[in-house]
Amino acid sequence: MVVPRSVNLPELTARFSQGADPEAQLALRFLHYMVLMREVEDRIERKLYRQGKIVGGVYVGRGQEAIPVGTGMVAEPDDVLFPSHRDLALYFMRGFHPREIFAQYMGRVGGPTRGKDGNMHMGDMKRKVVAIISPMAASVPVAAGAAMALKYRGSRNIAFVFFGDGATSRGDWHEGINLAAVQKAPLVLICNNNQYAYSTPLEKQMACEHVADRGRGYGIPAEIVDGNDVFAVYDAARRAADHARCGLGPYLVECKTFRMTGHSAHDPADYVPKQLWEEWGKKDPIRRLEQRIISNGWADQATIDRVYDEIREEIDRAVEWAEQSPFPPVSELLQGVYEQPVEPVAED
Amino acid sequence: MQVTYLEAVRQGIWEEMERDPNVFLLGEDIGVYGGAFKITAGMLEHFGERRVIDTPICESAIVGAAIGAALVGLRPVAEMQFADFITCAFDQVVNFAAKCRYRWNASVPIVIRGPSGGGVHGGPFHSQNPEAWFAHVPGLKVVTPATAYDAKGLIKAAIRDNDPVLFFEHKALYRRIKEDIPEGDYTVPIGKARVFRPGTDLSIITYGAMVYVAREAAEILEKEGISIEILDLRTVFPLDEQAILAAARKTGKVILLHEDILSGGIGGEIAARIAEKAFDCLDGPIVRITAPDTPVPFSPPLEEAFLPSVSQVVEKARSLYYY
Repeated sequence: MVVPRSVNLPELTARFSQGADPEAQLALRFLHYMVLMREVEDRIERKLYRQGKIVGGVYVGRGQEAIPVGTGMVAEPDDVLFPSHRDLALYFMRGFHPREIFAQYMGRVGGPTRGKDGNMHMGDMKRKVVAIISPMAASVPVAAGAAMALKYRGSRNIAFVFFGDGATSRGDWHEGINLAAVQKAPLVLICNNNQYAYSTPLEKQMACEHVADRGRGYGIPAEIVDGNDVFAVYDAARRAADHARCGLGPYLVECKTFRMTGHSAHDPADYVPKQLWEEWGKKDPIRRLEQRIISNGWADQATIDRVYDEIREEIDRAVEWAEQSPFPPVSELLQGVYEQPVEPVAED
Repeated sequence: MQVTYLEAVRQGIWEEMERDPNVFLLGEDIGVYGGAFKITAGMLEHFGERRVIDTPICESAIVGAAIGAALVGLRPVAEMQFADFITCAFDQVVNFAAKCRYRWNASVPIVIRGPSGGGVHGGPFHSQNPEAWFAHVPGLKVVTPATAYDAKGLIKAAIRDNDPVLFFEHKALYRRIKEDIPEGDYTVPIGKARVFRPGTDLSIITYGAMVYVAREAAEILEKEGISIEILDLRTVFPLDEQAILAAARKTGKVILLHEDILSGGIGGEIAARIAEKAFDCLDGPIVRITAPDTPVPFSPPLEEAFLPSVSQVVEKARSLYYY
């Protein structure tokens, strides 16, 4: 299971953080990935989608960037990640390039699925990232099995599975967490509780107050964290990972956050009360991180502006690359259903 | 060496576990208890708790966990205590396991095995034939052995296969079928049918326990001078189309026999392929003999009437012969 570490801190952020103290370096790495996620998703949702260049739906994690970034920074390179559809940053942290993401959203061969699947449905076992499927929570038992297998092999690696509050209503979530608990599987469960499952608010989703309340029912530790504070998420994920990695079993972290967008690009989310947008808009995780960076003197505003500028330039090039990437040839339609092609049935 | 069908499955799993340390088992009551049908008896003692995992009652998580373990390089064999219970894991099977390779080129080498079929008074939830549900899902392989030889050779092939395989053992055959099989390692290729009994007048295409119903009928008809060929599909998906068409072309008269119900059963698909590709060889209508479109009933006379019978096959084969 040796895979070269593909998490490359991009040069530009490395440059900014040279010589800085470890906390400042960490903050700048957080910033890089959170801004990268925000900017890539904004480009997809607010520009390319509206230009008709995206095929199908768009699912973004605006306002939730601290969760994949804070957790992803804790994961070791060979830990297995099961992102939800609002955790794009995890892909960048595992070495996926923005151009692959744009190509994926455009249905081009340059995407990780070569056009076989779309949007956030992507993975690559070489990079230890497992693709989600649309029925929510299906990843939870799969991640439990991956964690059991890592333990089986005597590996120090663990699995991280990400899901929303809505997913915790599904049977798979409960079966998976229970199995992992009984097996003491090294599994970190990260809930992005963004308070809406499509249009359904939390109080119609569950009668308990917190997702974390459910941890006790499965005999595992659970904690609640401010999901818009990347340092807090990082610290909680670190506690969870340490717990799992030293053989104590699963650990649930509930990150309280808010979905600052509709369920998908087509959804104006007018069912969300206006004051919630305002309230959570003030808690934007990227703004908070920037303020912290400046107030601690880790970097100045000009440096932060350069992070944005360079990411946007990179995105321009990545979009161009994706648009040059061809659609898959129709000859690929029948390929890849099985390892070895079975007898064709579509022809005589 | 004479072994039962049950022992053949057991031997196959045992040998694969000895051969490959990445093979492990998970399921309900498979460890201490040895499985509801004792397929895994003695395995916990021999291979230990690490490789023989008693799970909670959670079919979806059993299949899901098998998928996750397979993604990181293991070869899990998951047991459904009864094949009927796979319904609880439907999403994991058809949406997760089946589509990983096509969507993102990830191998999911899992085996999901379980006892299917009726004839043991199991009632509506312990007797079903779920194969056709999954024969509609590209990415899965669906295996239904009839003989002890095939049961062992196919379970070994299934465990070594890099795609998800559903392995439906017919529970009425577990202890009824006893044959000589070779000692030691051999495999039977998935996706290949076999001529179970050669004949010249009429072909019965079947699989699982119905192979023996066909054989009994063939023996009766032989005395009347009617020569029946029996093709045992062994794998119902992907179908061995070449063997099916060869059987149709050889005799020109085809009966499709399965214990699964009529509508949406695999027989319909086979009939269509024969009609499309071997129509000019047919000397009579394609005849299907299947269970009726009902749940599997419990009470003995009802279940007996539900299952395709030797007399039904004899009668329909005879009238097709004289068509």
